[in-house]
Amino acid sequence: MKKSVEAYTLEDRKKHIVVKEKNKEQGIKCDQHSISGAVSQRACVYCGARVVLNPITDAVHIIHGPIGCSSYTWDIRGSLSSDSEMYRNSFSTDLQERDIIFGGEKKLAGAIDEIVESMSPQTIFVYSTCVVGVIGDDLDAVCKQAEKKYNIRVIPVKSSGFAGSKKDGYQAACNAIISLMDDKEYKIDIKDHRTLNYLGDFNLAGEVWILNNYFKEIGVNMITGVTGDSTIEKLKKAQNASFNIVQCAGSSIYLAKMMEERFKIPYEQVSFFGIQDTANSLLNVARLTGDKKIIRDTEVFIKQKKADIASILQKYKEKCAGKKVAIYVGGGFKAISLIKQFNELGMTTVMVGTQTGRQEEYDTIKELAEEGTVILDDTNPTELQKFIKEKGADLLVGGVKERPLAYKLGIAFIDHNHERKLPLLGFEGAVNFAKEVDLTVNSPVWNLVREG
Amino acid sequence: MNKNYVNLDVNPCKMCMPMGGSLAFKGIENSMILMHGSQGCSTYIRRHIATHYNEPIDIASTSLSENGTIYGGAKNLKHGIMNVMESYSPKVIGVLTTCLAETIGEDIRGIIEEFKQKKDISCLDIIPVSTPGYGASHFEGYYHTIRNIISFYNEKQAIPNEKINIIVSNITSADIREIKRIIELFQVEYVLIPDTSETLDAPYKENFTKIPDGGTSIEDIKQMSGAKATIELSVLIDDIYSPGKYLEDLHQVPLYQCPIPIGMKNVDSFIKALCTITGREIPVSLVEERGRMLDAIVDSHKYNGEGRAAIYGDPEIVYAVTTLCNENGIKPMIVASGSKSYKIRDLLKLNESVVIPDTDFETIHKYVKELKPNLLIGNSEGKFIKEKEGTDLVRIGFPIHDHIGAQRKLYVGYNGSLRFLDEITNTLLDIKHHGYRERLYNEFYVNKGGNKNAQL
Ligand code: SF4
Ligand code: SF4
Repeated sequence: MKKSVEAYTLEDRKKHIVVKEKNKEQGIKCDQHSISGAVSQRACVYCGARVVLNPITDAVHIIHGPIGCSSYTWDIRGSLSSDSEMYRNSFSTDLQERDIIFGGEKKLAGAIDEIVESMSPQTIFVYSTCVVGVIGDDLDAVCKQAEKKYNIRVIPVKSSGFAGSKKDGYQAACNAIISLMDDKEYKIDIKDHRTLNYLGDFNLAGEVWILNNYFKEIGVNMITGVTGDSTIEKLKKAQNASFNIVQCAGSSIYLAKMMEERFKIPYEQVSFFGIQDTANSLLNVARLTGDKKIIRDTEVFIKQKKADIASILQKYKEKCAGKKVAIYVGGGFKAISLIKQFNELGMTTVMVGTQTGRQEEYDTIKELAEEGTVILDDTNPTELQKFIKEKGADLLVGGVKERPLAYKLGIAFIDHNHERKLPLLGFEGAVNFAKEVDLTVNSPVWNLVREG
Repeated sequence: MNKNYVNLDVNPCKMCMPMGGSLAFKGIENSMILMHGSQGCSTYIRRHIATHYNEPIDIASTSLSENGTIYGGAKNLKHGIMNVMESYSPKVIGVLTTCLAETIGEDIRGIIEEFKQKKDISCLDIIPVSTPGYGASHFEGYYHTIRNIISFYNEKQAIPNEKINIIVSNITSADIREIKRIIELFQVEYVLIPDTSETLDAPYKENFTKIPDGGTSIEDIKQMSGAKATIELSVLIDDIYSPGKYLEDLHQVPLYQCPIPIGMKNVDSFIKALCTITGREIPVSLVEERGRMLDAIVDSHKYNGEGRAAIYGDPEIVYAVTTLCNENGIKPMIVASGSKSYKIRDLLKLNESVVIPDTDFETIHKYVKELKPNLLIGNSEGKFIKEKEGTDLVRIGFPIHDHIGAQRKLYVGYNGSLRFLDEITNTLLDIKHHGYRERLYNEFYVNKGGNKNAQL
């Protein structure tokens, strides 16, 4: 196995690949800019910012740049709303050649004027894309002026695609959110120990709602998902929570830290993917309230929920156990919970990679992984193909771009991305997940494929 | 007004130039694409294409960072070419620029020349194409790239030959197979570009190769300047982007421009061009296919007569679909495209329809609300309007993200036009049949007092 990495062609990539060996210090190179020509599966800073901010349902999201950046990201994510549908529109300044030469500030200011006039939004986010970063438009100035003129919030999001990676986009988004939250008018004096915010969930396929239903059962109070199914008003009230919990750390840990600093709200990392993680995290939430009754109720609730789904999960486990899995997802947090979830189904992970995992996350992955597991950072189709074949994976978990590759290689596939239409979170999600795995791994089509 | 807003495009009905460039290169044999710019553009474009075709779409990026943006991306570009060579060993690398590379003024030709002098790459062609996203839409980018590929290989005029050049628009893989079948009925040799019939609809093989089989071969492209004639399936593209125009102006290859052969008249003009160029009669089998189509459109004319359509998407597709609708009595209420092909107004001469080039979905939506068509015909980006207004959508064009199999649907030729027309007609029939008992019951019975008259 070691040899096979050495035999691999792209020299620059070798340090981004590790084959787990027990009792050995093995660092992986990560958190680097993608290598030119390596066909990275990553997106850009702007993409990161859009992931985090876009689910704010009643805000207007203006993409300041040429049309492509807006076109390819229009309503592609599965974030659901219980209220406004404004966020599903893609507003672009559609910069043309003359704007690139003479600057796009006027066009942007004009765009804001038009939007205020036609829809009078409370808040507008203005994303900068690559060229805007180069032609030197003063986004801050345009936004500030508009804020003054209309007495609304117009928040610049510095997300020029080249200036870092998706993570920098997360950070830009978190900065935008904190500037929005910091509104004294919404501050209350006495906090309720049962109130929390749920950070790092974007309400894909209604996942925030599922969790909120659990919270209602155990007696805690969610102010808002951040940013899943949030509104400007809910985000402004978020400062009144007693504590924060963070699901997707990669995208939202900065925000948690900033909220701790600014509003003295402590935070804890959680994961609601998989039965065990869900149960642990719920208990954790209960303990954070410090309320004995809530803790007791939560224990009962978990027991009940587990019992409800035990037999059905057992059925899937019997059908799926023993299969080998390859994982390639965006963040380290997701990869970690997937490894655990596959373990719950009796499946082994033989390859695991992330686009933007952090060093600590790779350490955890290494701990969880079995001997010989291939660990990859910012990989590409060539490597995916190579290691999927070498490790004999039966199933790949990934995003939209990886799906056709899995199918061409004749293996099963699970979508675990922001476009999903099926909730994978919590107890219900665990069942859905198992069902999905079964659907693809045990489909009769593989018989035909194998027969050729 | 083309758009509801002056300074904004709301819900775009177009994509950017490198998208068109990518689709063009995907039809060239043994080729790989390297986009010069930042990482995001290539990833988004890959995602957009992959979801439509359900095929792996590998496009490399030079992943420019802040440094590359300030000091120039020459190093990245050279490095990128090396890495693509190593992991894909293609025969052709298409280098497409993005907005970023263009804005910082990268001289990709110069950089590539420099690279070639230092490295021996005699078995590799590197074709630079300038495709700034802000320059024009994917529609222009597509033809512009084909034009550049052809001119790259035809600086010197080829030896005159008997082949016909066929330049296709962005149509489905199945469509390209059908066009080849039709040409083969005329028993002539041809060069079709870009040929995505296999590359973007590849059969399952035991040994998957990263660069799919198929595509227009370099040898063939090199002969295009000596061809007998060119048929370009486009009537709306500007001369400066037109590959056929290049071959005509520089190499005196006679040019025949026809619409995409969808709809009776459009197929006729394609067939007529083939007859004129080859000097042959229409093959018997095509005469039969035409007869069958004629028979079928008579069968369905009354159903179609109730159709009122909003047609949108790429200009060429929109043009062809509009003529098909017109022929069959389906009223084109709204004819829209995001690209700036204003020519469509003059060509269609539709006084009673809203014809809007250079528009966005927000504006199309407004007109749909106003004019209440009962059909949307276009790509899947119309899903928003479908969802909000409940109007049925018949899918054609690119992208189609919410259905499977877009690449193997047939639209061209008499057979394809008929299949597509049937799809439209059946959608209209479903609308008619859906709930008609209840509708009539309400209209003529309940609203007129119910069974009062029966109370004797
Ligand atoms: S419009 Fe320009 S910057 Fe945006 S995706 Fe297209 S090439 Fe990239
Ligand atoms: S131009 Fe920049 S911001 Fe837009 S998609 Fe490309 S990398 Fe992202």
